[in-house]
Amino acid sequence: MSLQEFIQQLLNGLSLGSLYALVAIGYTMVYGILRLINFAHGDIFMVGAYIAFYLVGVFYLPWWLSLPLTLLLTAGVGVLIDRVAYRPLRNEPRISLLITAVGVSFLLENLGLVTVGARQKGFPVPGMMASPVRILGAQVGGVSIWVPLISLAFLLLLLWVIYRTKAGMAMRAVSRDIEATRLMGADVDRIIAFTFAIGSALAAAGGILWSFKYPQINPLMGIYPGWKAFTAAVVGGIGNPTGAMIGGVLIGLVEVLTVAFFPTLSGYRDAFVFSILILFLLLRPTGLLGEPLKEKV
Amino acid sequence: MLQVEDLHVHYGGIHALQGVHLEVPDGSIVTLIGANGAGKSTTLRAVTGLVRPRQGRIRLQGREITRLPAHKIVAAGVAMVPEGRRIFPNLTVRENLLMGSYLRRDASGVRRDMDWVFRLFPRLKERQNQRGGTLSGGEQQMLAIGRALMSRPSLLLLDEPSLGLAPLLVREVFQVLKEINAEGRTLLLVEQNAHAALGLAHHAYVLETGRIVLEGSGRQLQQNAAVRRAYLGDPGAEAM
Ligand SMILES: Nc1ncnc2c1ncn2[C@@H]1O[C@H](COP(=O)(O)OP(=O)(O)OP(=O)(O)O)[C@@H](O)[C@H]1O
Ligand SMILES: [Mg+2]
Repeated sequence: MSLQEFIQQLLNGLSLGSLYALVAIGYTMVYGILRLINFAHGDIFMVGAYIAFYLVGVFYLPWWLSLPLTLLLTAGVGVLIDRVAYRPLRNEPRISLLITAVGVSFLLENLGLVTVGARQKGFPVPGMMASPVRILGAQVGGVSIWVPLISLAFLLLLLWVIYRTKAGMAMRAVSRDIEATRLMGADVDRIIAFTFAIGSALAAAGGILWSFKYPQINPLMGIYPGWKAFTAAVVGGIGNPTGAMIGGVLIGLVEVLTVAFFPTLSGYRDAFVFSILILFLLLRPTGLLGEPLKEKV
Repeated sequence: MLQVEDLHVHYGGIHALQGVHLEVPDGSIVTLIGANGAGKSTTLRAVTGLVRPRQGRIRLQGREITRLPAHKIVAAGVAMVPEGRRIFPNLTVRENLLMGSYLRRDASGVRRDMDWVFRLFPRLKERQNQRGGTLSGGEQQMLAIGRALMSRPSLLLLDEPSLGLAPLLVREVFQVLKEINAEGRTLLLVEQNAHAALGLAHHAYVLETGRIVLEGSGRQLQQNAAVRRAYLGDPGAEAM
């Protein structure tokens, strides 16, 4: 492998990984608060891609407007799902919540198939993403530079929200003790809604950037990235946002580099990632950064 | 004034509160004592909206708050130091206190109150950037009290604030409670340490298996034979 190829592959892995990271955040934050694996999250990613597709490709809105609008609308979809599907089950056994999440996932996928159809649609990719960029003496696709950079900006913004704002502080509080948070006068349902909003907006950002990288979209496009992002969340330590970012980048790099170094194994790339998921669930369910489940009383 | 009338709470098949009546006049310290499992915590949790009573009424300044969600009850001026402290272990001491002021919009007032809490508990000030979970049990208890004070409650409910504290610290905490009350705040105090609680309280209630069985001034109950035998560890007191 030449240096040029290696750099290209490294950037490929990084951009794939940063996309997983964006999606993994939503899994990890919702899990942190509700102990729910939101199986519909991968489909939210798809919804985000389609909203952008319609805004830009059909209504011809400019990207500077479509991007924030897509994040906002997708955040709304996430909040709506929580409101109608999950919130009524807050006091029910967790398994009901989990089954409902699977149901919501099927609902979004099938709603997609019925409304926009199963056929692939060509995603409108801005020129900036398509034009090549020179870096470290190597020529690489613009997408492999811009995707990780934009993702990084979103992830830094998220960390700022979580660790520097009052809403973020309340989210961290809820994830440890819902009842005590209520006693502080906080409306926990609103904090949960906010968590869904943020997770869904980041998934939408992921969906858009993903579609820049792979510009053919369809209503089932969220399934595999969703599972891999979930793997990333588990690897990083589910419930831990920083862990989800690290897990995402690791999974992306592992996936791309194994295929790059062992091209004969390329058919196994998904199986490889999911073996990592199973290994972690069996051997280290708390992930790399997850704290062991003990608390000082 | 807090008024609790005919309060019934059930947990599944357990009838934990069976018609509790009590009153906490403005500016007073009222204590609720009773054996383990009598329903003391349940009473406080019903007042703050953490459990739903099946029957009965809870009124604050004449306004019914019985079925309001907890965050609205806090907004009405109630704060609680819950059983087991329940501080946020993943938040810093400072953030824990800020959570206490969650509903407040007056940043300068919040800063002033944080200074006040730091004066009451200087140890918290030294540890303000440390995570709550790393504090000792006694420090966590101080933090729980400080956090409850940060909402400037007019009514403060305390569920066993002295539990697990060294005797010296218990005295310190009770001193602080007295100061808080002197500032015009009303206190409803649940205590295992009946001796200290009765010494402090203007009025006291004894709860037994979900019912108030005795009430009177702190001093009256301190002298009551049954109370002395059951709660003040005085086996010499004669039976009622
Ligand atoms: N979540 C719950 N589920 C079922 N039963 C409960 C629950 N919480 C309390 N109880 C029961 O209700 C009764 C009253 O409990 P409560 O915690 O109010 O007692 P307490 O007076 O605070 O006791 P302690 O002094 O031990 O704290 C007990 O019999 C207890 O077992
Ligand atoms: Mg109790």
